[in-house]
Amino acid sequence: MASKPSDVEALIGQKYRHGFVTDIESDSLPPGLNEDVVAAISRKKNEPQFLLDWRLKAYRHWQTMLEPTWAHVHYKPIDYQDISYYSAPRAPANAPKSLDEVDPKLLATYAKLGIPLHERARLAGVAVDAVFDSVSVATTFKDKLAKAGVIFCSFSDAVHAHPELIEQYLGTVVPAGDNFFAALNSAVFSDGSFVYVPRGVRCPMELSTYFRINAAKTGQFERTLVIAAEGATVSYLEGCTAPMRDENQLHAAVVELVALDDATIKYSTVQNWYPGDENGIGGIYNFVTKRGECRGRNAKISWTQVETGSAITWKYPSCVLKGDGSVGEFYSVAVANHYQQADTGTKMIHLGRNTKSTIVSKGISAGRAENTYRGQVKILPSADGARNFTQCDSLLMGGRCAAHTFPYMEVKNPTATVEHEASTSKIGEDQLFYCLQRGISAEDAVNMIVSGFCKVVFKELPMEFAVEAQNLLSVSLEGCVG
Amino acid sequence: MLKIENLSARVAGKDILNGIDLSIDAGEVHAIMGPNGSGKSTLAQVLAGREDYEVTGGRISFDGQDLLAMKPEVRARAGLFLGFQYPVEIPGVNNVYLLKAALNAKRKAANLPEVDAYEFLALIKQKMKFMEMSEGFLTRGVNEGFSGGEKKRNEILQMLVLEPKLAILDETDSGLDIDALKIVAKGVNSLRDAKRAVVLVTHYQRLLDYIVPDRVHVLSGGRILKSGDKSLALELERRGYDWVKESRVA
Repeated sequence: MASKPSDVEALIGQKYRHGFVTDIESDSLPPGLNEDVVAAISRKKNEPQFLLDWRLKAYRHWQTMLEPTWAHVHYKPIDYQDISYYSAPRAPANAPKSLDEVDPKLLATYAKLGIPLHERARLAGVAVDAVFDSVSVATTFKDKLAKAGVIFCSFSDAVHAHPELIEQYLGTVVPAGDNFFAALNSAVFSDGSFVYVPRGVRCPMELSTYFRINAAKTGQFERTLVIAAEGATVSYLEGCTAPMRDENQLHAAVVELVALDDATIKYSTVQNWYPGDENGIGGIYNFVTKRGECRGRNAKISWTQVETGSAITWKYPSCVLKGDGSVGEFYSVAVANHYQQADTGTKMIHLGRNTKSTIVSKGISAGRAENTYRGQVKILPSADGARNFTQCDSLLMGGRCAAHTFPYMEVKNPTATVEHEASTSKIGEDQLFYCLQRGISAEDAVNMIVSGFCKVVFKELPMEFAVEAQNLLSVSLEGCVG
Repeated sequence: MLKIENLSARVAGKDILNGIDLSIDAGEVHAIMGPNGSGKSTLAQVLAGREDYEVTGGRISFDGQDLLAMKPEVRARAGLFLGFQYPVEIPGVNNVYLLKAALNAKRKAANLPEVDAYEFLALIKQKMKFMEMSEGFLTRGVNEGFSGGEKKRNEILQMLVLEPKLAILDETDSGLDIDALKIVAKGVNSLRDAKRAVVLVTHYQRLLDYIVPDRVHVLSGGRILKSGDKSLALELERRGYDWVKESRVA
């Protein structure tokens, strides 16, 4: 074990002398994980006892677990003792001092995405004061939301301002010991977002948070909890981007959604973590647990994701359809280029009567990438009249990539209806040549074909993000044909 | 306009074209006929610049330019159009969107201003009316769920919008009923003028009743065995392709 409890203690001691909030300079834990580190994180965040107990329980459980190996992904074993589990905003000494020092290739990509200049500096990890890692960005529009009664704040703030809500809901959808990565997250999560929309309130704006990983050798373990009370409606969008680094970084997040009677939660993700370079060096390991529970009648949870980044994506946003008449949806576009590996899909668990789920998954593979759809539809004996529709389509570009589809279905109620459609197509030389023959450039043709393929998913995204997603897609797939 | 000299080409290691010589002038319509596997479609694909078709010898000049040195999209913008034998479906990509992009790519290459959506809609509606196509077509994906006949009609519609100098129509008549055939022929004939040329690749003389060719060529074994006027097509229909092969040997 590489952990050094004494170092940790020393750090905490120092920390306490300077006070928690103002000490920005040296606010990072050394690599390593043990109970002291878990306690240190909790103490840094001044957490109540129940949360510390919860973390420690998760940590002890995690120690008994093995890293899952069933996903269709390959990577070198992760040394969990070589990761720093807490890093608050600071300017890393070795970070570029200005955009002039940043790889022009990266800047060109940002320019193509239409990211404003000051944003590009942040994304590239330039040492500007707004760079942040685990501590959540100052949330804007707080006042307007407060008037509507909506709580939207960092997870840490929620722990202090609304401990009763945290205690009531945390871990009720994704239990601390749910899986290896969720348990790790439960033990060490540093921050994230919290949303509570009270009864009958339609959230007056799209809520969005940009997650970023900036510091090198930092794991990112954010925790998001969204609760929509009876009759409430909310749309939440997360965008994720990480700067370019040579080493792999771990991202193990947990998202929990709770929808009560007649509530609707729409959760959209545009994930563009650094995927590694064209030779497969570097990139984010994205091991994420996302689950929503339709706890009340006629509740609805809709996941939309556009996954273009990460070296490895391991992610299955799921819905537990408990309330009668509740609805779960999953719309996904997953792109894997070069050496990227994506193993993603969803789980729809039908418990209530007349519950309905829709799964539309579009996988795009290029280069030497591996793209896997893994989905489970489970209809339990109590789910009379349950319905599921699943459609998974794969698009292959070039001859060295691969697409796999693993649909699992378990139907224990004879009144259920389950439909599954799947297709694999090659971007075809045929489609491409057709466009070329009409005078359209190869680049425009690929964009056109790919966005046509993804159209049904993009339609589900909020307008401005649909544009961003489209741009991301063309950048991710640039140069893979022609 | 098009001059093919001693052209040979292979596909997947197999020689398909073995020395084609063919000259087409502006204002002419040529029909290329021949049995299955004679190289008709290969010739069409080579002219359009399909990568899988390897040119192993010969030269092609198009409007004085070296066609083989041009990329497929450049050939298209220069006015070469291929009506596909099997037009491909591109799900989710709107018909009108593709065609507008195609027209504007061509106009841009010619330093002409791009047409906007409004102008384009007016143009395409007029052409669709001429091709007797329903407006529902405007909202559909490229060839998505089209019947064989609709796909062929769509090819001709695209041709009318793009107004190519040289249109190569690869078995555009196959799979058409007589009414659809007449409409397709009407479309092709409307494009005939002194500045353009058309190459019809076909198995059947039937099409040539509606689009009367200036020259007819019989392709077999990757060579042009015989050329003649419209009467050659009629004779072929009567006597079959073997007659050409035999008369050549004799």
